[in-house]
Amino acid sequence: MNRPIRNLAVACLVLFLALIANASYLQFFEADSLTSLSENPRNSRVSEAAFAAPRGDILVNGKAIASSEPSGDRYEFQRVYKSGPEYANVVGFFGRGLIGGLEASQNDYLTGEAPELFVNRLGDLLTNKPPAGGNVVLTLNAKAQKAAYQALGELGKNVRAAAVAIEPKTGKILAMVSNPGFNPAALASHDFAKARAAYDRLKPDSRTSPLNNVAIEEALPPGSTFKLVTAAAALSSGDYQPDTLVDGSRILDFRDTTSDLGNHNGQACGPNNKVTLIRALEISCNVAFASVGIKVGQDALRQQAEKFGFNAADPYFTDLDDSLTKQSTSVFPSDIAAVSSLGYSSIGQFSVAATPLQMAMVAAGIANDGKVMKPYLVNEIRSADLDVVKSFDKELYSQAVSPSVADQLTSMMVSVVDNGTGSNAQIPGVQVAGKTGTAQTGVSGQKPYAWFVSFAPADDPEVAVAVVVMDTAAAARRGCGADVDCEGGISGNEMAAPIARAVMEAVVNQ
Amino acid sequence: MANRSPAAPKRDPRPGPVMEFVHRQRRGAELFLLILSLAVGLGAYASVGLGTEGHIPTNMYVYGGWLTALILAAHVTIRYRAAYADPILLPIVAALNGLGVAMIHRIDIARQINNPDVRAFATSQLIWMTLGVLLFIAVLVLLRDHRRLQAFTYTAGFGAVVLLLLPLLPGIGKNINGARIWIHLGPLSFQPGEIAKLLLVVAFAGYLVLYRDSLALAGRRVLFIDLPRGRDLGPILAMWLISLGILVFQNDLGSSLLFFGMFLVMLYVATERPGWLVVGGALFAVGAYFGYLTAGHVQQRVEYWLDPFGHPDDATQIINGLYGMAWGGLTGRGLGLGSPEKTPYSYSDFILPSFGEELGLTGVVAIILLYALLVERALRTALICRDNFGKLIATGLGVVFALQVFVVVGGVTKLIPLTGLTTPFLSQGGSSLVANWVIIALLLRISDQARRPPPEFSEAPDDLPGFADDATQVVKLR
Repeated sequence: MNRPIRNLAVACLVLFLALIANASYLQFFEADSLTSLSENPRNSRVSEAAFAAPRGDILVNGKAIASSEPSGDRYEFQRVYKSGPEYANVVGFFGRGLIGGLEASQNDYLTGEAPELFVNRLGDLLTNKPPAGGNVVLTLNAKAQKAAYQALGELGKNVRAAAVAIEPKTGKILAMVSNPGFNPAALASHDFAKARAAYDRLKPDSRTSPLNNVAIEEALPPGSTFKLVTAAAALSSGDYQPDTLVDGSRILDFRDTTSDLGNHNGQACGPNNKVTLIRALEISCNVAFASVGIKVGQDALRQQAEKFGFNAADPYFTDLDDSLTKQSTSVFPSDIAAVSSLGYSSIGQFSVAATPLQMAMVAAGIANDGKVMKPYLVNEIRSADLDVVKSFDKELYSQAVSPSVADQLTSMMVSVVDNGTGSNAQIPGVQVAGKTGTAQTGVSGQKPYAWFVSFAPADDPEVAVAVVVMDTAAAARRGCGADVDCEGGISGNEMAAPIARAVMEAVVNQ
Repeated sequence: MANRSPAAPKRDPRPGPVMEFVHRQRRGAELFLLILSLAVGLGAYASVGLGTEGHIPTNMYVYGGWLTALILAAHVTIRYRAAYADPILLPIVAALNGLGVAMIHRIDIARQINNPDVRAFATSQLIWMTLGVLLFIAVLVLLRDHRRLQAFTYTAGFGAVVLLLLPLLPGIGKNINGARIWIHLGPLSFQPGEIAKLLLVVAFAGYLVLYRDSLALAGRRVLFIDLPRGRDLGPILAMWLISLGILVFQNDLGSSLLFFGMFLVMLYVATERPGWLVVGGALFAVGAYFGYLTAGHVQQRVEYWLDPFGHPDDATQIINGLYGMAWGGLTGRGLGLGSPEKTPYSYSDFILPSFGEELGLTGVVAIILLYALLVERALRTALICRDNFGKLIATGLGVVFALQVFVVVGGVTKLIPLTGLTTPFLSQGGSSLVANWVIIALLLRISDQARRPPPEFSEAPDDLPGFADDATQVVKLR
């Protein structure tokens, strides 16, 4: 019986070798991926240990808006957000099992695990210092961010709204605020039950959660602000000039539908039912742009929209993409079947949808001689000793319009602010170019979204802004008594333009 | 050589004087290894205290004294009652058991941080260990010759079947975590399957010693493999049905696999015919497929095995175990410095990932090697054992350890689908610990018989192992 026993001994040896090989694979070769928070965010051992390690700072204008400070408890370091909710939607939060925003997308830099920081980490190891994380320097402008945060905050907690500011020449994001905000410090609490409760109170699964960054996550009908794209397509076609007379009737009668397209005030836009393109933009004439859009054709419109960033297959802005934040793609629909649908698309309705960031890019592209720059939020990565280990440069996204068309559009937008519907964006001594929008939501009973996109100064743009106020009914109810007709105050100029002006002033006047 | 077996060693037809290796007692070596084992167990216990509370546990002396006393009692018993027994088995078991208690204590501390009222498992584990060692001593004292067990072949088989059926009885049987393998008698609860394991080995060995010739005889030769005769398939079919019954009625995939594998291996050893492995393997494949089709939890286990991360809310146990082991890396976080308590049942079925987390790959490989060494010593005992009954028991017990360790460790490390079995000597759980101590006692008894020189010379005052004395070793008195 000894031969089978010897065979068995070999078989058992094989079994044990298989166990050892498997354990080695698991604990050596696969361990890195299993303990990487980006690949396995649910690995609570790693997220808990991350508390015990100092994390790099997130810096805006040299000031840390997120930093790690000694906590004195068993986790050693507490994540501190000195500016509270002001930067919350950008910076995100870092708690046990809770991570979002830049804290998530820049995690490898902040922990020091990124390959760019390898030499520094090695240095820490050799000099026996605790390994320090890298610092993430943002493109944000503290003044612009503060202005946007304060202006949006005045709308109150019940009003969803967002503001985005871009430096047109580079694509640097100067401000990004989503309202209502949240307090990241509550989520970073070392009292994990409290942090979890605070997180649950934000209803993370709800579409309207404060955790959702309206500026990049909500694609909404852009309404009349989209007329900039239609105008760009028209001017680029060569068939139109700003003073070209176009259809300015009271109503555009589509034979294929019962829903005729009319102007806001129900009046014709000019004498003899004709209006110049520039005047049509000033007063936001729906009939004029719908008819122009139909004449230009859906292909030209779509191509123009796509040059500004609509329908982008791979997102041009990924700085905030992580497991929680998903950037929405702005859409100009393909294969519009009905003429009426094309008409409505031309004025930013039907299935057209844009994020506030997208509309800011439209304004920035016009401001930058037609060149649309890729927006970016992270400017530099610095080591703990503040050496720059990686920096991000401006990058051209596309030439959306020719410089001459951009000039024409700019003067038309200046006219909107000076002589037209965008009067609330005027800044004394500074020429402002802008466009209002009051977009139908497509939801019955819901008041329209108020939009404003603009840039300033018009001759040498430093900042382009897009603002959207979603819950305009709630916004209108604030600050108006029983004797004030609040409904009348819902428009891009009334609600969004003052916010845009505040942000532009913060940049231009500094 | 057992009196019922054909005379003379099979592979050595030479009559008369043979040069045979004479084993030494090696009790001193055993004592030395035991001191190392105690150092491992007590060192682990002390570093758990240092890691979790910052100081050596307050009851270190009580615990240390207790553990040392138990191990020394076992050692002294061996000295007096099984002086020629294998010197490595007890140290292996002592190290494993000490590590197990330390880890259970470590997880007790973590559990009690969350809820101070939960029962400390380490205390009861130590009590069970005490009972295990007492039974270990009892076996060595009372059972002077393992061949006496051959008389209990059918009693053991009957007892095993009764024990396996007990959990199915209403009233005392209890369903825990989906498997119906527990019985409750008043405040006591245990898994009769652990005792049945031992009884089955004895029953199989007794049966196979009697019938091995007929099972090994005629058969058909298909593709270089001798397949057994159809009429001889009876016992294997019976065992197959029992295993299937355990799977279906008790939802216990692990035990089912263990019992059938153990029987198959013993059949192969007894008959020396690989054909049985082919038949048994085929039957196992059919049974496993049947189980996969009919038992929902088997399909679930397979799914969780293939893609645990695709079921993040359901396969939390295996995922947490993998996270823990990865977190441990090569050298581990250190005892008391990881978070093994995050994994459900980190003190029983998933105790190995707990070691993986706190002692790292190094610790895991060391533990696996201890088991490999244990199995190797058991199989070596089988090789040198002079009687077939002892050979079969030692093989069976060794293979049981190998299979059990492979199934549970492979399961928790995602090598094979997860099945619930205890990790011998490490896992919290009384029945398993006690049964395993008895198994080790039996192995030591067999190895004592196997290594002991024939009785007329073992009594001789001359303890020099001279070759001249061996000249008469072929004389068989029993």
